[in-house]
Amino acid sequence: MYATNYHRASSVQDAVKLKSGTEEGKYLSGGMTLIATMKQRLASPSDLVDLRHIPDLKGISVNGRSVRIGAATTHYDVASSVELKAVCPAICDLAHHIGDPHVRHMGTIGGSVANNDPAADYPAALLALDAVVVTNAREIKAGDFFTGLFETALEEGEIIVAVTFDAPEKAAYAKFRNPASRYAMTGVFVARRGNGEVRAAVTGAGADGVFRHDGIEAALATNWSADALAGVTVDASDLLSDIHASSEYRANLVKVMAKRAVAAA
Amino acid sequence: MAKVKMTVNGRQVGSECEDRTLLVHFLRENLALTGTHVGCDTTQCGACVVHMDGRSVKSCTILAAQAAGSTITTIEGLAGGGDLHPVQAAFKANHGLQCGFCTPGMVMTAVDMIRRHGANLDEATVRAELDGNICRCTGYHNIVKSILAAAAEMGGVQQAAE
Repeated sequence: MYATNYHRASSVQDAVKLKSGTEEGKYLSGGMTLIATMKQRLASPSDLVDLRHIPDLKGISVNGRSVRIGAATTHYDVASSVELKAVCPAICDLAHHIGDPHVRHMGTIGGSVANNDPAADYPAALLALDAVVVTNAREIKAGDFFTGLFETALEEGEIIVAVTFDAPEKAAYAKFRNPASRYAMTGVFVARRGNGEVRAAVTGAGADGVFRHDGIEAALATNWSADALAGVTVDASDLLSDIHASSEYRANLVKVMAKRAVAAA
Repeated sequence: MAKVKMTVNGRQVGSECEDRTLLVHFLRENLALTGTHVGCDTTQCGACVVHMDGRSVKSCTILAAQAAGSTITTIEGLAGGGDLHPVQAAFKANHGLQCGFCTPGMVMTAVDMIRRHGANLDEATVRAELDGNICRCTGYHNIVKSILAAAAEMGGVQQAAE
């Protein structure tokens, strides 16, 4: 790892101030991607501003159907939240299958969302739940937030404070894990919301990162069942192709994972 | 360089290190606690697992500076004097290791697993929870057996105390 300077922020304001004085500083949350990347010398921030000790960024609140998850809430805390499980078990299940137990004890929802890894799990949930990413400056709809591979709408210095969404009527996430990395080779989050709207978001497969699939959404809006997806076609031309799976293989996985998710919802 | 202070195995410690120093290197090199191992360097193998504020973490992917002010337990902090911790005893009784390199991480992982699941642990859960720990010798069978035996033993002890 290249040399870096560590700073611990006590508040969001403090974090912004600490980072603004740095050459090429980065915010650090759980560090389960950033520290690992720095170890490989694939990232070399001059400074790290640790957000993990800011009390305002932590915790889950559920008010009726309205959910707010603080950005520095760990995957473990999302997975094991009793009140969250009561209204949206799908997101608990998703968090429970990120990485491994030790990674889940450190990694955070804000860090995952800000990094927007094309194979990360949370982006699919946020897009399918029509969630809002709350920052220290504004509120951004998930649909406008994820803009490409590792790209988001976040401005320089902007910090994610929380993620909010209305709990869906039904939802589930199914993923096919890469057997080595455990990342989603393809993951599909399906959600039927209170107003009848159906959303299906795919991670791990899109060449431009997470995306919604119109065909799956239309089929499920008419008939919420795995059988309804039999006639849906998934175009392989916009999908990732790598040593792990061809785009055609991923196209098939999109359909299979969507079916499994609907069956589990 | 900064002076990093934390509580390790019940002892207040402080040592100078670079900001980029990983917790595992701080433990091994600054504190001479070499029971925590570095196996892979890619956050996959779990040989470096310690407990930070009561939860299992991979000390190869946390800066010592991030852990400043926290309470750390390493493999050296488990046994009470000459008495092995029940999980260590179960690994010994069930031959839960061969070369032993992954064992400190396996034991720390098992203790955390039993803390969260108690005596209700079943084989499928143990295998799923070992996702972040790699063993290249045993084929995992005796590790799983050791953890289940320890969970039963520790659950039984807890029940007896209640």
